[in-house]
Amino acid sequence: MITPILELRNVDKSFGPIDVLHDISLKVHAGEVLCLLGDNGAGKSTLIKTMAGVFKPSSGELLMDGKPVEFRGPRDAQEAGISTVHQFGGTFPLMSIGRSFFIGVEPTKGFGPFKVYDRKKANEIAVKAVQEFGITRIDDGDRLIGGLSGGERQSLAIARAVHFGARVLILDEPTAALGVKEAAHVLRIVLEARRRGLAVIFITHQVTHAMTVGDHFAVLIRGAVAADFRKGERSREEITDLMAGGEAMAELEAEIEGHLAAQHNPPAA
Amino acid sequence: MNNLSFGNLLRRPEAGAFLGLIAVLVFFVIFGSTKFLEPAGAASWLNVAANLGIVALPIGLLMIAGELDISIGAMIPAGSMMVAVLSGHYDLPIWVGMLGSLFLGLGVGLINGILVVRTAVPSLIVTLGTLFAVQGLLLGFSVLVTGTTSVALTADPLAKFIFGQFVGGSFQVIILWWFAIIALFIFFVHYSPYGNWIFAMGGDKVSARNAGIPTTRLTIILFVLSATSASFVGMCQAILFNSAQVSGGMTFIFNSIISVVVGGVLLTGGFGSVIGIFFGTITFAIVNQGIYFTTFDRNWSSLIIGIMLLLAVLMNNTFRNMALAYRPKKK
Repeated sequence: MITPILELRNVDKSFGPIDVLHDISLKVHAGEVLCLLGDNGAGKSTLIKTMAGVFKPSSGELLMDGKPVEFRGPRDAQEAGISTVHQFGGTFPLMSIGRSFFIGVEPTKGFGPFKVYDRKKANEIAVKAVQEFGITRIDDGDRLIGGLSGGERQSLAIARAVHFGARVLILDEPTAALGVKEAAHVLRIVLEARRRGLAVIFITHQVTHAMTVGDHFAVLIRGAVAADFRKGERSREEITDLMAGGEAMAELEAEIEGHLAAQHNPPAA
Repeated sequence: MNNLSFGNLLRRPEAGAFLGLIAVLVFFVIFGSTKFLEPAGAASWLNVAANLGIVALPIGLLMIAGELDISIGAMIPAGSMMVAVLSGHYDLPIWVGMLGSLFLGLGVGLINGILVVRTAVPSLIVTLGTLFAVQGLLLGFSVLVTGTTSVALTADPLAKFIFGQFVGGSFQVIILWWFAIIALFIFFVHYSPYGNWIFAMGGDKVSARNAGIPTTRLTIILFVLSATSASFVGMCQAILFNSAQVSGGMTFIFNSIISVVVGGVLLTGGFGSVIGIFFGTITFAIVNQGIYFTTFDRNWSSLIIGIMLLLAVLMNNTFRNMALAYRPKKK
């Protein structure tokens, strides 16, 4: 059997007396999209922060390529190849595409104390990296990040993570704030990242988006993995029900419909 | 790639400041005379601009990085008192006094920076605290040590030549220092890779830290830079005027903020340019001094500065939005 890139084994996380994660065990393989589903407050953010090195698990362990790892901070996780892209892309609205792409690792030319930021090179590499992900509309590295659409920003952030050697890509609700078309854009980029052999962890509560790109699904309920299944093993209704905490959404919907019907056709007096 | 089109120039952070400078020049040429452009007149506003500008540059960087330092208001008199007390009152060599001034700036800057980084208290409040603390210390110590609040100082000719002479009769030598410092800042902010870090810090501190930028160290360095620049200006003033007073310097707080904001720096950080701060400082100094070349009463200059500040901010907002909305035309 192939060793997963990232594996969580019986991970618990508690903040003082409050238990947030219980006994989480998950595996992510290269070239696979793991969708983490869950309602608000199910512990999705805590889980990804644990994977990204922000939090240390209270017990249990993280394994990369089968070897136990311990991250002292987000930097450690990043160096190991785990990159998180947040909802708004974690970018700088008033900086140019080239500059923000290379933030912290600016390419320079010249030597000694006269090293100069190489704007041309930075712009070229940044634009090329984004275009390889299918965003052909970005062709000028001098444009400001703030002028890009939400989807383009996400794509830029993902392209950046991949360019700098990410192996595990954690996407924190990348489609939450986007319109239909923009979201489709981001989903395509997720698939492109998967094609390149990255392990993608895709956090969302939009079942449709998850079903479009996911190979493997895990539903979180109150900090525990309530279901763990492969593509095609569950229907959309079943997943929605699971996310709502096991309550049958269908029943809830029927109730709402009944309520609406009652309002439109008041019973004869 | 042709970057010199009119539209590209307008989208730069200093566009508003440059247009403001032109407007102010036109205003004073119409209502006053061109005398303020002649050497004797130019000296009056260049002197003001240079003293203010050396402080405004690091303040501008702090603002780009999302911080603020108002303790400079006390650091300017502190810097001049330090050199005057050490080298005037105690008769130590001038170099000792000068080092004393600069180290005082270094120390207060470190305190500001470390407090801001460690406590997460907004830097406005932290430096408001150190502003008053330094002021109190200054007054207390100078009365304790010298018995007065103003101290005479005679600098040796070499120090006087480098830091406190009048070039050509009316131009303070600090103007040359200002130009040199501008050149250094332009290199570090816009050409070296470090400038990028400052902009990133002001844009989004958490993301900047995640990208591996040493935000803590950089913040402390910026505070040290502003406090030391302020004490440097104070030191030069003491050497120039052969005396130092504990008061004065408070006007620099607002004046430097005005210069920086007029210069196109975004108060909330992440946007601005050194050349913009330069234009902003010159504009401020011209309004401040230009009024003497007109028939208007001096009191109106504050009105002009106020209106200018509001116009500059509105204009800078417009240009910034233009920059954000900019998309290259389809080829």
